[in-house]
Amino acid sequence: MSTAANETARSRGQAPAGERIADWADGRLGIYSLAKANMRKIFPDHWSFMLGEVCMYSFIIIILTGVYLTLFFHPSMNEVVYHGSYVPLQGQMMSEAFNSTLHISFDVRGGLLVRQIHHWAALIFLAGMFVHMMRVFFTGAFRKPREINWLFGFLLFVLGMFTGFTGYSLPDDLLSGTGVRFMEGAILSVPIVGTYLSYFLFGGQFPGHDFVARFYSIHILLLPGIMLGLMVAHLILVFYHKHTQFAGPGKSNNNVVGMPLLPVYMAKAGGFFFLVFGVIAAIAAVAQINPIWAIGPYRVDQVSTGAQPDWYMGFAEGLIRFMPGWEINFWGHTLVLGVFIPLVLFPLVLAAIAVYPFIESWVTGDKREHHILDRPRNAPTRTAFGVAWVTIYMITLVGGGNDLWATHFHLSINAVTWFVRIFFFVGPVIAFLVTKRICLGLQRRDRDKVLHGRETGIIKRLPHGEFIEVHEPLSQEQLHTLTAHDQYQPAEIGPTVDENGVERKVKAAERLRVKLSNAYYGEDNQIPKPSVEEYREITSGHGHH
Amino acid sequence: MKKLSARRRHPLAAVVVLLLALAATGGLYAAFAPAGKAQADETSQSLTIKEGRKLYEVGCASCHGTGGQGSSDGPSLVGVGSAAVDFQVGTGRMPAATSQGAQVPRKKPVYTQTQIDQLAAYIASLGAGPIVPTKQQYGPAGADIAKGGELFRTNCAQCHNFTGKGGALTKGKFAPTLEGVDPKHIYEAMQTGPQNMPSFPDTTLSSKNKKDIIAYLHAVDSSETTNPGGLELGGLGPVSEGLFAWIFGLGALIAVAVWVAARTAKAKKS
Amino acid sequence: MSSQDIPEENLPAEQDHAHGAVGVADEENPFADPGLPPHEHRIQDIDERAAKRSERVVALLFTVSMLATVGFIVSYVTIPHDKNIFVFPIGHISALNFALGLTLGVALFCIGAGAVHWARTLMSDVEVADERHPIEAAPEVRAKVHADFRQGAKESALGRRKLIRGTMFGALALVPLSGVMLLRDLGPLPGTSLRHTLWAKGKRLVNMNTNQPLRPEDVAVGSLTFAKPDGLEETDEEFQNELAKAALMIVRLQPDNIKDKRELNWSHDGIVAFSKICTHVGCPISLYEQQTHHVLCPCHQSTFDLSDGARVIFGPAGHALPQLRIGVDSEGYLQALGDFEEPVGPAFWERG
Repeated sequence: MSTAANETARSRGQAPAGERIADWADGRLGIYSLAKANMRKIFPDHWSFMLGEVCMYSFIIIILTGVYLTLFFHPSMNEVVYHGSYVPLQGQMMSEAFNSTLHISFDVRGGLLVRQIHHWAALIFLAGMFVHMMRVFFTGAFRKPREINWLFGFLLFVLGMFTGFTGYSLPDDLLSGTGVRFMEGAILSVPIVGTYLSYFLFGGQFPGHDFVARFYSIHILLLPGIMLGLMVAHLILVFYHKHTQFAGPGKSNNNVVGMPLLPVYMAKAGGFFFLVFGVIAAIAAVAQINPIWAIGPYRVDQVSTGAQPDWYMGFAEGLIRFMPGWEINFWGHTLVLGVFIPLVLFPLVLAAIAVYPFIESWVTGDKREHHILDRPRNAPTRTAFGVAWVTIYMITLVGGGNDLWATHFHLSINAVTWFVRIFFFVGPVIAFLVTKRICLGLQRRDRDKVLHGRETGIIKRLPHGEFIEVHEPLSQEQLHTLTAHDQYQPAEIGPTVDENGVERKVKAAERLRVKLSNAYYGEDNQIPKPSVEEYREITSGHGHH
Repeated sequence: MKKLSARRRHPLAAVVVLLLALAATGGLYAAFAPAGKAQADETSQSLTIKEGRKLYEVGCASCHGTGGQGSSDGPSLVGVGSAAVDFQVGTGRMPAATSQGAQVPRKKPVYTQTQIDQLAAYIASLGAGPIVPTKQQYGPAGADIAKGGELFRTNCAQCHNFTGKGGALTKGKFAPTLEGVDPKHIYEAMQTGPQNMPSFPDTTLSSKNKKDIIAYLHAVDSSETTNPGGLELGGLGPVSEGLFAWIFGLGALIAVAVWVAARTAKAKKS
Repeated sequence: MSSQDIPEENLPAEQDHAHGAVGVADEENPFADPGLPPHEHRIQDIDERAAKRSERVVALLFTVSMLATVGFIVSYVTIPHDKNIFVFPIGHISALNFALGLTLGVALFCIGAGAVHWARTLMSDVEVADERHPIEAAPEVRAKVHADFRQGAKESALGRRKLIRGTMFGALALVPLSGVMLLRDLGPLPGTSLRHTLWAKGKRLVNMNTNQPLRPEDVAVGSLTFAKPDGLEETDEEFQNELAKAALMIVRLQPDNIKDKRELNWSHDGIVAFSKICTHVGCPISLYEQQTHHVLCPCHQSTFDLSDGARVIFGPAGHALPQLRIGVDSEGYLQALGDFEEPVGPAFWERG
């Protein structure tokens, strides 16, 4: 045995208890090499970088509270008579699922709180994912090498929607039952196999006796299992890629500037978990959510006005509400376009944002890694596309609540529906054009700021009587920050004749790409950032006011 | 102005704007929150048809005709019964303004209960119809709240929402909120079917059924209703819950995130 | 504390505020990255008293959290689960939910606030730059991996032994079919079950409210009634499945107001019975406007005209509500004269 090894063994043996445990673990798990790379890993500080944390923490809260709820919830559709402590339902027939949810809400101490935390956290989880996704989109954080992580995140959002849907359907209350009925109707509209799919999902006719139990295993096992895996993968990739950062002094594409994981980020991120949990618990203390006792148990012949899904399904609700009732009958078959088209649009609307990164990278042809975030104004076409997408999403969301818009703003429900029908097409176009103009305007302003300095708001009168606003030159930090972004040049169709004089056929895809590239980076579609020469010319010698 | 223009570039300007936006959305929420309650009063009735007729000729005849036979401006009142008069005038819907929107809304009543009783007696004398219910009929004594809930969900919730918050009908018409409505008026509305509301006569919805429904409504939609979970958020379901989650849930968390990520104050401003 | 207490060397250098293009150190490129700005100290870094204050704030937050947890336990034990209290401006709420939620919220929030305040004021706030390394492997690594893979693939002889390859892929492709097969018993085949309801000739219409069979004279003009087939009880095993197809909406119109001829033929003295299940996606449609005779679906706003064969006049529904032929039996009760002639509820492929 070598002396060196002996020495190590001895030093390990005499170390304090904490170190000894770490040594023990290292000998079996190799944690030191892992920690070496990650313990002092740098994370940049920006509030918008914490949106993902909001999602992760609310997901953890949902899992914790969800496990608690499974201890009391009975996923069964057996009809029972209610004898619990909520008077206005005593003696009513209801499914065991509904009965046990009432039991949790009224007879388990703290059960109502956990239910409300679970549901509020779910709404916030989805809202957080939406905003996080938009942050990533508008800052271009989805570019290489993060495209796969973008897809992981997108999948988490979509799976989160379905986990939410199956979750709020479990209590078998009148509101969610209406939603499940809608889902059944939508499945029936699928050509050829619709009735079969519906019978397989519901174990026969609607509502049957099975869907709560089936939704239960989907809600607590299948979907969250996949989501947990995806979330871990998402996080591993965030660690592996290291976080993106905004341009600024000292920040480059080859570094990441911020605070080390241990201790600052660990305290901040760990503390943030408690902050998120605390805020959601406080919300659950003061605001009621999904009061199933007021809604009542599900009965197929009962319904309430204002029957909406939770917000994240609202855009699907909007799609189905403003669709005209098209139905085609032929050869003894029915094509239910009025339901099937929205059913197809539902994933397509989502897919539009999911595939965007791949379209953009195809247009730019850029194969480099990007770790510096874009300011939205510096990518006018992308930003305009994103705003157009958000506009479609919001307009369908308005459509999903058309009855409440009508009652609360004293409008006609028919007028609101027609507004949505028209603006589903017109809205995104207007949003695209307006956003692009605004971005270009902001780019111009940045350019002016770099070349002419910052407007101070101080008005000075010159000796000959002219009034001018004093412009204060920018510091080098600011100059750097405002000019750090890359600007692409529009692509051109390459030579159509090669060196041997043989004519080459220009493919349609290439033409499209050049066209798109010009729409992105052509003359009127981005404002050239100031060059050093321009800057020199203006700042050298005479005043430029 | 100079101060403002300098300050709008302040790093905290965004936070201030965010707070203002939060305040604005709070105002929006207030618009969604249930409105104040009105308390209709109730007095005993004992006056002649003659008095009612006088009132009718001054206040109602121009639209409903001198003998209640109706005109192009208002329907015939023969056979609508005293319950219809008590409901329409007692909730202030009648007399209606000359130009109305899609439907006549509830207003502050113009007549006193005594005058309403006189009007009702006069109209009832024109032809038999539903009569004003007695307190025994709509009072809470002997009502089955749970049965009332089931009946409410079968017959009423489709227009008036789970707990009577109201909802939209076609072309700007709406089912009004039932919160703060006198139980007597609810009973009368079921009997007579005012405006576009269908009637629920005793033959299909018994007097006991109506009593149960009113008792249920009192349990779930009155100022004494308990919402164990906290703020009712207008009782509108997922839409107001979603708004709340975005504005106060995510809004609060973003505010917290801004604090967590912000730089700590330096010893001296540069 | 005043600024005089701050040692000179810890303050940032005074900015040069002369006019012109100042602040631009690099004459070559005015836009060049000036590098990380010099670190500036917080009060806590240079004044131990301020740091002590921060420490006390953090400790206070953690203490509040402990107290809140004690409060949670006390609330859990002492507050009855059915006690309601009035809290302004929230209203009448469950005392237990409010107490547990707030104490839990405070306990959690204060841990977080303490940790973050600690990090923000007492832990080092020196910004550090970490270098990034390209994600792509170096060319030699790439070449080695490719070579290894080729070697492994060659040794497996998968490319050469076509028979093994073909049968293996065949086996792997077929084996999931067993799993698909197992899903078959998730439910029965639809058959014609979507076409039939409990309604049949002679079935009485039973009022949902009173559970009594309906007579024509019960149903007034302008009223709205819901009915189920005689014999279907809430306690029946298949109650929901059958009601989902059989639920009826009954209104009475003046016979001269009925525009559709078939509707008039299938009515009894102005009483018409339509399926309560929306033909769009199956919501129980029943927002009946007695003056316009329109019925609106609360879910997606399909609007039907009950005076005109329940045809669709607005919204996403694709076809009219099915009507049930009704008449009166020998004892004077409303009865069905047969089943619906078309499937009720949402349209589907085989509906035709």
